[in-house]
Amino acid sequence: MRELMYREALREALDEEMAREPSVFIIGEGIAERGGSYKVTEGLLAKYGPGRVRDTPIAEAGMIGVGVGAAIAGARPVVEILYVDFAMLGMDMIVNQAAKFRLMTGGEGRVPFIMRTQGGAGGGVAAQHSQSLEALFYHIPGLRVVMPSSPADAKGLLKYALRQDDPVMFLEHKHLYMTKGMVPDGEHIVEFGKGDIKRAGSDVTVIAWSNMIPRTLEAAEELAAEGISVEVIDPRTLVPLDREMILRSVAKTRRCVIVQEANRRGGVASDISSIIMEEAFWHLDAPVGIVAGLDVPIPFNLALEQASVPQKPGIKAAIRHALHLKPVALAAE
Amino acid sequence: MGDAKPAANAPSRAILEKIFRTAYKIRVFETEGIKLYRQGLIRGYFHPYLGQEGIATGVCAALKEGDYIASTHRGHGHCIAWGADVNKMVAELLQKETGYCKGYGGSMHIADIKTGNLGANGIVGAGIPLGVGAALANQVRGSDAVTVTFTSDGASNNGTFMESLNLAAIWDLKFILVVENNQYAVSTKIEESTRETDLYKRGLAIGVESHQVDGNDPLAVYRMTQDAVETCCNGKGPVLIEAVTFRHMGHHVNDPGKYMPEDKLAFYKERDPVDRARSALKEMTTIANAEITAIEAEIAAEFASAVEFAVASPEVSAESFAAFAANY
Repeated sequence: MRELMYREALREALDEEMAREPSVFIIGEGIAERGGSYKVTEGLLAKYGPGRVRDTPIAEAGMIGVGVGAAIAGARPVVEILYVDFAMLGMDMIVNQAAKFRLMTGGEGRVPFIMRTQGGAGGGVAAQHSQSLEALFYHIPGLRVVMPSSPADAKGLLKYALRQDDPVMFLEHKHLYMTKGMVPDGEHIVEFGKGDIKRAGSDVTVIAWSNMIPRTLEAAEELAAEGISVEVIDPRTLVPLDREMILRSVAKTRRCVIVQEANRRGGVASDISSIIMEEAFWHLDAPVGIVAGLDVPIPFNLALEQASVPQKPGIKAAIRHALHLKPVALAAE
Repeated sequence: MGDAKPAANAPSRAILEKIFRTAYKIRVFETEGIKLYRQGLIRGYFHPYLGQEGIATGVCAALKEGDYIASTHRGHGHCIAWGADVNKMVAELLQKETGYCKGYGGSMHIADIKTGNLGANGIVGAGIPLGVGAALANQVRGSDAVTVTFTSDGASNNGTFMESLNLAAIWDLKFILVVENNQYAVSTKIEESTRETDLYKRGLAIGVESHQVDGNDPLAVYRMTQDAVETCCNGKGPVLIEAVTFRHMGHHVNDPGKYMPEDKLAFYKERDPVDRARSALKEMTTIANAEITAIEAEIAAEFASAVEFAVASPEVSAESFAAFAANY
């Protein structure tokens, strides 16, 4: 095991997979000589040359579409989009082309296309550079939605993404690039659809992903001091979703809170909640709680920005709330 | 802009016959296909390629095995010119298990990845980045394959047109963009869609070698594509070819096309691409009329047998769809 930054772990994954498979290549804005805005692709141009590490003009629909076309033709492109917000310019290529191609061709055509991008609030970069848009991709059948919260997961999931054949929305978080964590030595691959228990506990299950994991873990640590045992689980991939892990944990703790940075309406948390209601209702001792962003664009002002997305006090309050709601005793007839 | 080359380069009988066969096969497919539609055997959308046959025919005759094409919503002609199996095409239109897409795709999505046909596309303009992507994949893996995207005047006002062509240009890709200018975006005439109706000029604006050709002249299209392939193979690609043409009817089978002026339609029908392919074969070779009649009969019989095949083919399986959906 070695300690790596999230961005270093991503770079290792790209480097190892480019060395292994010659049809892996990367295109994006400022990713070649500059090494990318978050330094993920630093050094890859020197190692793999300008044929496989290419800068693009600012043309998201074009570059996403070109990536999808290259994937259909059998290559393994990685398209880096600077902000997930900018992926909106390429939505036709993602939604109407990449996601549907396998079905439209009766299963013959495959699209091993990876869009690496980052989202999330907290950098003072305002409404068009701070969104968490996973629900848009989650809704579209055919896309894989990956949201790593740690360096080890980032590396393992990206390597797996480069070995499977479906379009992947690989959604990083701008605040995680510089975070550190232990990464296993050697070949480290994390399969899609396998969640991870980030902290074992017995009183309440908290489901979170991406940057909400470190925040929730801090909240859980503080609650432990009060004698509350929180289990924190990270699905790691929202599509496919590790339902089994979620249902197993909820059956054990009988209480559940879901934390998502994205705004609440039409979000992934609501869908996970509906799955729990359908499949684990009789295990629950309290309603499923959701902590989510406000249904409003992210404002620039720091205090307002913080008020728009879940913070530690809100997460703790939701957990306490779930614990203090006692099961209703049925009155004897 | 350049039209036909001097007759010194007269194509072989084999090429002339191939061009006629292809153009005629598309004509039969569309004409007979519309009848099947009217009989209720085909549902959904059906965008006929009638009147535009010369373009797919001429372009594909200049391509080789291992090359790639990407098509449009009006894609039957490109498939046929690419050498598709008519049985599997008709079966797809009849939504059968034996169709190119197992009945999951239909007219607007026929593709055959194994042969380099990246598929028709229901979104106008989307085939351009997909084709450029295939050309990029081929450059990355050191292949000499050329990729052609067939697109249209309608797509030329979509952002993907310039974005993707520009990417092909900065990377010197072996990519040919064939703009089939049939002068209508669904029902809106080109003069209402753009101030500059010579669409090849869009390529010139970003440093792409660009030409205009009579799209109703399959031989001229063939020759121009040959030149474009050569340009690409010399590392001077991409190339844009604007092929000017006109539909013989409305946008799709249920659009009477009343907005298309009769005199203009008559002008283009007099320059019918299938007739011109037949005339070229007659005039430039010693082929007998009886041989041409035999070719036509053979193609008609091939289509009739494809319909029989499709009608007799099994329906799609709900069970296999359920399994497919569960893993999607």
